[in-house]
Amino acid sequence: MADAAAVTLHKAAGPSRKKSYANARKRQKIIISIILLVICIIWTLPTLGVLITSFRDRDEVSRSGWWTAGRELSALTFENYKQVLGGKPFSYTNASGDVVTERGDNMMGAFLNSLTVTVPSVIIPILIAAFAAYGFAWLDFPGRKVLFVAIVAILVVPLQIALIPILRDYQRIGLNGTFLGIWMAHTGFGLPLATYLLFNYISTIPRSTLESAFIDGASHFTTFVRLVLPLSVPALASFAIFQFIWVWNDLLVALVFMSGSGEKYQVMTQRLLNMIGTRGQDWHLLTAGAFISLILPLITFFSLQRYFVRGLMAGSVKG
Amino acid sequence: MPEKPLTKDQLSPGQQAMMGILRAAVALFIPLATFAGLYGGFIFLRDSGAPQLIITAVAIVWGVGGVAALYLVVNYLIQKLPSAWEKRITPFLFVGPAIAILTWYLFLPTFRSLYLSFFDKFSRAFVGLENYAYVFTDRTMLTAFVNNVYWLVFGTGFCVVFGLLIALLADRVSFEKTAKSLIFLPMAISFVGAGVIWKFMYAFRPEGTAQIGLLNAVVTMFGSDPVNWLTLRPWNTFFLIAILVWLQTGFAMVILSAAIKQVPSTLLEAARIDGAKELRIVFQIIIPYIKSTIVTVSTTILLLTLKVFDIVFAMTNGLFGTEVLASQQYKQMFKFLHYGRGSAISIVILIAVTPVIWYNLRQFGKREVF
Repeated sequence: MADAAAVTLHKAAGPSRKKSYANARKRQKIIISIILLVICIIWTLPTLGVLITSFRDRDEVSRSGWWTAGRELSALTFENYKQVLGGKPFSYTNASGDVVTERGDNMMGAFLNSLTVTVPSVIIPILIAAFAAYGFAWLDFPGRKVLFVAIVAILVVPLQIALIPILRDYQRIGLNGTFLGIWMAHTGFGLPLATYLLFNYISTIPRSTLESAFIDGASHFTTFVRLVLPLSVPALASFAIFQFIWVWNDLLVALVFMSGSGEKYQVMTQRLLNMIGTRGQDWHLLTAGAFISLILPLITFFSLQRYFVRGLMAGSVKG
Repeated sequence: MPEKPLTKDQLSPGQQAMMGILRAAVALFIPLATFAGLYGGFIFLRDSGAPQLIITAVAIVWGVGGVAALYLVVNYLIQKLPSAWEKRITPFLFVGPAIAILTWYLFLPTFRSLYLSFFDKFSRAFVGLENYAYVFTDRTMLTAFVNNVYWLVFGTGFCVVFGLLIALLADRVSFEKTAKSLIFLPMAISFVGAGVIWKFMYAFRPEGTAQIGLLNAVVTMFGSDPVNWLTLRPWNTFFLIAILVWLQTGFAMVILSAAIKQVPSTLLEAARIDGAKELRIVFQIIIPYIKSTIVTVSTTILLLTLKVFDIVFAMTNGLFGTEVLASQQYKQMFKFLHYGRGSAISIVILIAVTPVIWYNLRQFGKREVF
């Protein structure tokens, strides 16, 4: 469009002017394309390096850079993943012919723990927040406005503020190192945002839609479950994706509230952090471990990209 | 079974009382059974040695189902009440749990942390402002403050500038979608995962051995000595900031790109007809037009950099002068077990976000939602 307008304007100047102008635009576009292409390559290289390294032979990894892997395509292997995933001792023959046995990193166990932590930590706050959002939007009770303003105020309160007091409570009542404890913590830290987002959505449902349900004698509870929840699915989904990525990738909350359970219930980020400590230079294992921890968010990213973007945009102001 | 359903007048007073008790018993039994079931689940999850897959399945069903069951049970109980009471209590079924959790997890902790910050290591003796004096004078803490300012300024600055630049470039090429996906992809990666990725990028080996870290491979290719990036003060903080920029630029780009597309094309065409160069269009039309979006994106990333923890913790554990506030807070809590200082640092972080809280409240006050 812009090109067309500019070209029309320059018609009077004769065909050669017009042509050189079009050429300049074309050249500009090519330069921009190249710059962007270079940026994209730079942005992708770190991840690509890790992906390739995770499939390379352990000796090759320490002998040469991953960018030379093209020469040894046949040497690519799943061994690193086998060793990292399982929790049992893993034996292999090293370059000098000795059999080495090492403990596996039990990434599979950490994966399941992450799943156990994440799924309820996503669904519970959504449920509680949806109830609350409905209450704030459609029910009348004393203190309604003050309470909602309080929620807006704590939207960006940093969760650091809660770590010490809540940890002390947990130690007192025996919730430290339990799944329930960490679900509740993620619920607490995710609720202000969830309530705020869902309120914005639920309060825009037309009053007439709900009133027809009340005329049919439905209670608030029934209306909420049968009518409002299904109508709010888009908002629920975008918050769910944000919270999923947030909880899955969280390290701090897990370190504080799950450390009490020892190694058994470590989540993926904790396990990966341990590996950085103990496997410092075993890049073939570290990269495989890192990739296992990325796989679920990456699948989400590629399969639900539009919702993913929307979710992250909606949830970006979390405290 | 009687042919006709029993009605109240067919029953003797004694039978009526029996029915009442029975009904009350049922009404009590359902919640009690629910609570017992939930408690049993909690004990199972805490103590069981079952295979992990089973634990995962039980935990998810128990956790999600438990919350739903609690709502159903409370609703069931409320409906047993006289209707005047039902009406009064229903709102609290809806907002009560959220309010209770927020009070416990965020509202009260603010005051409890403030209180603890005036006490000693064990939260026993009152020490006045001693912890704050430590926070503002200790050498490591001062490094943390300076570094946090670097994170705030350069982390946010680079994210927004790169985000804007890429959004502007992507707007003008044919592979816009692919390019944006690639830049946005790191958003899905955890800070710890990014830590591994970048530790590998920064990997350092002594001169003479093959460099397996990409950056040192490039450096040595040009004939320089390999650099141990992560111990190189004060630049190492900037190498850590680069990781954040890599992760978060995609976020800035996506939002700014959406805003750029809102700029009316007539405005841009008019400027082009007047012979304005592209650079001038960007600075004098596009940027002023999307100013409020730039402010929002910057604020979001500022909040993130203020609390940055995982990157530092995974990459250097705060060594080599890379400490930041959040990593210091964690260390005070868990390494030195000093709850007073840990709380004081968290209060400092809270004070730093109060302008945003104030702004949010003001914006909310302007909207007429109630």
